[in-house]
Amino acid sequence: MKHKSISYAKWGYIFIVPFFVAFILFNLIPLVSTFYNSLFENYMGRGGMVQVGPNFIGLDNYKTMFDPKTELGKYFGNTFILWILGFIPQIFFSLLFASWFTDLRMKLKTGAYKVIFYLPNVIMAAAMGMLFYTMFAQNGPINSIYTTITHAESPYMFFDHVWSQRGVIAIINFMMWYGNTTIMLMAAINGVDPSLYESAQIDGATPSQTFWKITLPLIRPILLYVLITSLIGGLQMYDVPQIITRNGEQVQRTSMTVVMYLQKHLYSKNYGMAGALSVILFVVAAVLSLMVFYATTEREPKKKVKKGGIK
Amino acid sequence: MAAPVDAVGEMSNSQQLRMRRIFSYVILTLFAAISLFPFFILIVNMTRDTHAIQKGFSLLPGSYLIKNFNTVIKNHDWKMLNSLKNSLIISGLTALLSTYFSALTAYAIHVYDFRLKKFLFTFILMIMMVPNQVSALGFVKQMSSWGLTNSFIPLIIPSIAAPATFFFMKQYMDSALPLEIVEAARIDGSGEFRTFNELVTPILKPAIAVQAIFTFVSSWNNFFIPALILDDKNKRTLPIVIGIIRSADFAKFDMGAVYMAVGISIIPVAIVFLILSKFIIRGIALGAVKG
Repeated sequence: MKHKSISYAKWGYIFIVPFFVAFILFNLIPLVSTFYNSLFENYMGRGGMVQVGPNFIGLDNYKTMFDPKTELGKYFGNTFILWILGFIPQIFFSLLFASWFTDLRMKLKTGAYKVIFYLPNVIMAAAMGMLFYTMFAQNGPINSIYTTITHAESPYMFFDHVWSQRGVIAIINFMMWYGNTTIMLMAAINGVDPSLYESAQIDGATPSQTFWKITLPLIRPILLYVLITSLIGGLQMYDVPQIITRNGEQVQRTSMTVVMYLQKHLYSKNYGMAGALSVILFVVAAVLSLMVFYATTEREPKKKVKKGGIK
Repeated sequence: MAAPVDAVGEMSNSQQLRMRRIFSYVILTLFAAISLFPFFILIVNMTRDTHAIQKGFSLLPGSYLIKNFNTVIKNHDWKMLNSLKNSLIISGLTALLSTYFSALTAYAIHVYDFRLKKFLFTFILMIMMVPNQVSALGFVKQMSSWGLTNSFIPLIIPSIAAPATFFFMKQYMDSALPLEIVEAARIDGSGEFRTFNELVTPILKPAIAVQAIFTFVSSWNNFFIPALILDDKNKRTLPIVIGIIRSADFAKFDMGAVYMAVGISIIPVAIVFLILSKFIIRGIALGAVKG
């Protein structure tokens, strides 16, 4: 059989050609070109009137990027804050709901809940941003409720304050992703050997003991996977804050994320700086990706011992 | 043996269990309501006029549904119908190309033995997580030097190389595509390409369906790259139009029409999702277990 498959090897190469041609043309060449551009001074001076460069300037763009005046740290900080504000409730409620949905004793009817919880995820982030903007606006429904309950004289301006603006963005991110995480964690919990739960039940374990002592340790690899992929997704955060904060300019750029900052440079054709920022972003993403890679391949030997032949 | 013990355990806890169930259902229903609230507001406001909307929100629909729809359709700055068509073309073709070629690539890695196989597989896994924003600069410059600004090609063709879809297909094949089927087809004299198209793709149908939906939705919702490639009014996709409505001082607009525009962009996908939700949720779960 081994001998036979060797004679078909050329088909393997033929079938992967489209994938790799597309990858090289639209991913690899642009990536290399981005790296190359980061070494040049190249921007539109005098308010977009004069093209400056491209002149080779070595690593000067990076020096400018890491200059405290550029405030790159602030944008990474904003991105991290916006991510963690959404992620903490997301992982908390997803774990809670996943453990309820898989609880053998409660036997909840889960179908409709799963569908509804996941629904916000398929909605355009730009449209979600728009909807929430109008919901939290001066005369939106949230403010009608707020003024009715508190008898406040004027509505609360959610988008004029640092933390309320960040809070709205975090709520949107939470709503878009908790359904997805719940379903993934459910699948992980369903993968746990049911006899463990049965014996815990026989031994008289309470639901919270079962959760902390059995479920949590056994789904740790998936939790790690969810954490890191969410972090990578968070790093790319763009649509929602872009729509909510009017291109990030509102409240002294306290909700401007790294990718929004990159987009700003791209849009104003400041290619040198955009290039340097892309490379920095690439390095951060690559480190995180390596973490995913090791986190997921580490548990593979346990699972795939039976199938060993694949590798 | 297990049954009586189980029954005793349940008996002693039945009151407590019932309380837990009620509590869970209350919390879950609350979250379902919160998740649906924005859509509820959207649908109600699609039927109201600007004055009513600006006075505050209401739970009752108005009677301006048709009028708002006509206002949106007639707005020459938004070109909603045209953008809807553009989004459909781009997302449809993206879903088609991405799933077909990812399946083909996964099939190559799954079935054939060739020298670079292991390396290429690892390579695709490594690039899977790298966000495409990092090469956006080079991408935009490259496309404009190839004269592809305002063309749909840069938004469709790159989807042929979709590492995440590839990975899903590969995992699916590991569990659902025994090599014996391919061997049998060879003995029957089927060519390699024909075997893939006529024998293998039907077996992969469930995986292709799930990935087609995911790819379609993510292309439909994509904002970052299209906004950099398309600036011709007639070439815009829906997220770009939403972005434009938002960045203008939209409070001055007809608010009913703004809600209608948002509705037109999201309701088609929401309906498709509700129809195919069983498929999709199974797909996410499958990705979680394997991924």
